[in-house]
Amino acid sequence: MINKNKNLALTGGAAAAEALKQINPDVMPVYPITPQTPIIETFAKFVADGEADTEMIEVESEHSAMSAAVGAQAAGVRAMTASSSQGILLMAEILPIAAGMRLPILMLVSARAISAPINIHCDHQDVMFVRDSGWIQIFSENAQEVYDNVFISLRLAEKVRLPAMVIMDGFTTSHSVENIEILENSAARSFVSEYQMKNSLLDFENPKTFGPVSLPNSYFEFKRQQIEAMDGVIGEIGGIFEEFRNISERTYDIFEEYKIDDAERVIVVAGSTAGTAKSAVDELREQGEKVGLLKIKLFRPFPHKQIAEALKNVKKIAVLDRTVSFGSQAPLYMEILNSLSKLHITNYKLQSFIYGLGGREILKEDIKKVFVGLEKDEAEGIRYIGLK
Amino acid sequence: MKLEKKIFEIVFHARGGQGAKTAAELLAQAALAEGKFVQAFPDFGPERTGAPMKTFVRVSAEPILTHEPVVDPDMVVILDETLLGTIEVTKNLDENEAMIVNTTSDREAVRQKTGYAGNVYPIDATGLSLEIVGEPRPNTAILGKMVKISEIVKLENLVDVFREKYTGKIGSEKTEKNIRAIEEAYDSL
Repeated sequence: MINKNKNLALTGGAAAAEALKQINPDVMPVYPITPQTPIIETFAKFVADGEADTEMIEVESEHSAMSAAVGAQAAGVRAMTASSSQGILLMAEILPIAAGMRLPILMLVSARAISAPINIHCDHQDVMFVRDSGWIQIFSENAQEVYDNVFISLRLAEKVRLPAMVIMDGFTTSHSVENIEILENSAARSFVSEYQMKNSLLDFENPKTFGPVSLPNSYFEFKRQQIEAMDGVIGEIGGIFEEFRNISERTYDIFEEYKIDDAERVIVVAGSTAGTAKSAVDELREQGEKVGLLKIKLFRPFPHKQIAEALKNVKKIAVLDRTVSFGSQAPLYMEILNSLSKLHITNYKLQSFIYGLGGREILKEDIKKVFVGLEKDEAEGIRYIGLK
Repeated sequence: MKLEKKIFEIVFHARGGQGAKTAAELLAQAALAEGKFVQAFPDFGPERTGAPMKTFVRVSAEPILTHEPVVDPDMVVILDETLLGTIEVTKNLDENEAMIVNTTSDREAVRQKTGYAGNVYPIDATGLSLEIVGEPRPNTAILGKMVKISEIVKLENLVDVFREKYTGKIGSEKTEKNIRAIEEAYDSL
C-alpha cells in the first residue's frame, strides 16, 4: 500500500499550492479572478486553515500583484504569486523591473492563450510574450514536475538573484489530477532553508537604493550584470538538481533526453505534450523505429551548447511550438536552429511545427504523424498540427 | 471486465452541475489508495450548469505518460439519459467494452437510442439516490455500478475514500446514505 502522507493525486495547480505550503512564503499578492487557476484558491485555503502563515494581499490587478511582490521582495522577504494569460500581459511592465532589481520572486504560471479572440485554454503564447523580460523560465511536463520545479526554481532564483517562472500547461496540467509524491515537511523546509536576502531595502545598517535613475553612463553596465547573472544559471542549477535528488530520489537536468541515443528522428517539445510524445516514442520503438524526444525544461536561459551536443548525431529533427511569432519563425524552433548552428554541420533536417493554439487538442497519433512526416522528408516551411 | 489493458480509460458524459468531475476524482483517489496511477480531468470548456460536458479518467498499474484526452475509451458512463441520441457517446466504444447509463429505461431501449450493440448496463442512479439519500445525486450512486463492472478499484476502497473526503463536508449521516446508494448500485442486477 501507499504512504497516504506522501503519495497524493492532485491537480498541477494544487501540487504547486502544496509546495508553496511547505515553503511558507512571507508574502503572496494575488488577483484571484479569471484567468486564475486552482493555485491561488488552494493556497488561500491553506492560509485560512492556519497551515501557512503567508500574508496574502488581495490587490486590484495583476499589475499591482507583481508591483506588490517587487515591494515585498525588495524589503527582504520571500514574495510569490501566480498568474496566467492576460494576467501575465498586464504584469508585463513590472516583470523586467523585478529582474532588473535582481529580486528572486517566484511566479507559478499556467500557460494559456492570449486575446483576441478570447480563449482561456492552453498554449504557450503568454510565457513566450515575456520571454525577454529577464526571468528564468522552466517548463513542467506534469504535476510532479510542477511540485518539484517550485523547490528547484526557488533555490535557483535566490542563488543567482533573478526572478523565476515555473510554467505548467494551463488546464492540461493545472486542472488535471495526477499522482504526485511530496517531500517530508522537514526535508522540504531544510532544502529551501530560511531566507536571508543579500541586499535588502530594510537593512538599515547598510542602506541600499533599488531602481534609481541610471543614465547612459551606467545603464548598460546594469544590463551586462543581468546578462551575466542569467548566464550563471546553468552553472548553478546542476548542484541544486543534485541536492534535490538526494532528498527526493528524482533526477532532473536542464532538458530531458528520451531515447535519443541511437535516434534518427527526434521531436523537441516543452510542457505536457512531452508526456504524450513519450508514449508515441514508446509505441514506435516497439515497432523498431529509431525515434526519440528532447524535452525542453529550462527555456530561459536556453542551453544552446548542451542541446547542440545532445542533437549532434540526429539527422531529422521536428520542433513543436505551442505558440507563434507572427512574421517570423516560432521561438523554440529558433532556439534549436541557433543551437545547431554551433555545430557547423549542414546535413540535418530541421522542421518547424505549430500545434495546440488556444487549447486545440494534440493526440498521440498527431505526434506519430510528425515522425512519419520526418521519415518521408515532407516539404519545408512551417507545418501546422491539427489545423482545420 | 477487468483491468487487462495497460491503461483503463473512461469517459463520463454528463451535464454541468451533475458531479461527473467529482465522480471522476473519487475514482482516481480510490485507485491512488490501491497504489495505482491515475489521471482525472475534464474536457475543458466553459463550465455552464446544464450544458453537456465530458470528463476523463485513466487508471493504470504503470505510470501514465500521455496527456491527450481519452479518445478510445474502455468504458463510457452517461449520467444524464437526455444526452442519449443528442451527442456522440459511442465513439470508439467496441462491443466488448461497456456503457453504463443512468436511466429508468431497459437495456434494449438504450441500445436502440444509441445504436450501441455492446454491453449496456442501465442503472436508475437518480432514483436510487432520491430514495436513499433524498437528493438527486446520481454521480455517487453510479460509481457502485462502474466499480462492479470495471473492477478497476475495490468497492471497499471507493467507500473508504468517499467517507474520508465527505464526512467533514456533508456530515456522517448523509455520507453513510451516499455510501448505501453506492453499495446498492454495486449489488443491483
